[in-house]
Amino acid sequence: MRLSYPANVKIILVPCTGKVDVMHLLQAIQRGADGVYCVGCLEGTCHYNQGNLRCRERVERVREILQEIGLEPDRVRMYNLSSGEAPTFVAYAREMTELIRRLGPNPLKHSKPSIRLEEAA
Amino acid sequence: MIVAKRKPFEEILQMIAGHRKVLIAGCGTCVAVCLAGGEKEVAVLAAEIDMARRLKNQPIELGQTTLERQCDREYLAQLDDRAASYEAIVSLACGVGIQFLAERFPTIPVYPGVDTCGLAVNQDVGWYEERCRSCGRCVLDRTGGICPVTLCAKGLYNGPCGGTNRGFCEIDPEQPCAWYAIYERLKGQGRLERIRAITPVQEWRDTVPRTLLQPGYRKPEKAKS
Ligand code: SF4
Ligand code: SF4
Repeated sequence: MRLSYPANVKIILVPCTGKVDVMHLLQAIQRGADGVYCVGCLEGTCHYNQGNLRCRERVERVREILQEIGLEPDRVRMYNLSSGEAPTFVAYAREMTELIRRLGPNPLKHSKPSIRLEEAA
Repeated sequence: MIVAKRKPFEEILQMIAGHRKVLIAGCGTCVAVCLAGGEKEVAVLAAEIDMARRLKNQPIELGQTTLERQCDREYLAQLDDRAASYEAIVSLACGVGIQFLAERFPTIPVYPGVDTCGLAVNQDVGWYEERCRSCGRCVLDRTGGICPVTLCAKGLYNGPCGGTNRGFCEIDPEQPCAWYAIYERLKGQGRLERIRAITPVQEWRDTVPRTLLQPGYRKPEKAKS
């Protein structure tokens, strides 16, 4: 089955959504992405038992952080589907794209972070 | 280990409101284990501050670092050549580390990024329970290894009090009574007579800043820098 999804969605593969870290999501927004969403397996079907549940918790944490700093929490979301459900994948991509269109561009796009790593000498 | 809790973001933002170049300094030991002030928490805080300040149109330059320990001079010294290039430092170490860092760089404001909450055990990832208040005179030998200073709501050395209620404390039906637990533990060990021994009151009035010198060690003439 070949289906097309909105071209603005860039896919980043991870072995399991449990690999997704708070910092991955935050950095995407920090560097100007308009939105990020994680698509994990259905709850209860994770091959590693907890991966998608952990991811959901991290997504929740990032949403709280966005709220705190004054950005819309909905820029970061979690979706679940089974790997056989291509049409659902497309539906989620469209839903997210529409949602982000309504929120408008990420205001952080126009400036760059200035953070220096001070290595302990 | 020493446990701490990240301060609310708004509070940290307020502390550094007037600054345009700030170093976020984590500690790689206790506070890293309890997920409050290690490398990862430093990165998250830096990202939060960066975004919040850019959104307010008050961009800030940030540095991030995580020292092995902030309660040891040899690690603090790693910042000697750079600290002065920052207007302020936010430390995510425990209160001990924050103070030692502030003492090392007395001309730079050092702000606490965490609230230090005590000496605790690791019950699970992210879940810690206090067990010791470092009273300086341990009585665990007579209390079956259960600390009454920390776990009894009144910190009684000789308990229980009249408020003990079927294993729970009068302050809260969910709060176990430490002295009930002590009784049960000693009974199980056949050492119930220990509970009769009266422990003299702690001389809290002597609670001045304490120092500790281990046997076989000498105090240096003058604190080294
Ligand atoms: S400064 Fe020292 S005591 Fe404090 S958290 Fe770091 S290692 Fe632990
Ligand atoms: S009696 Fe309690 S507070 Fe005092 S040193 Fe022992 S465990 Fe810590």
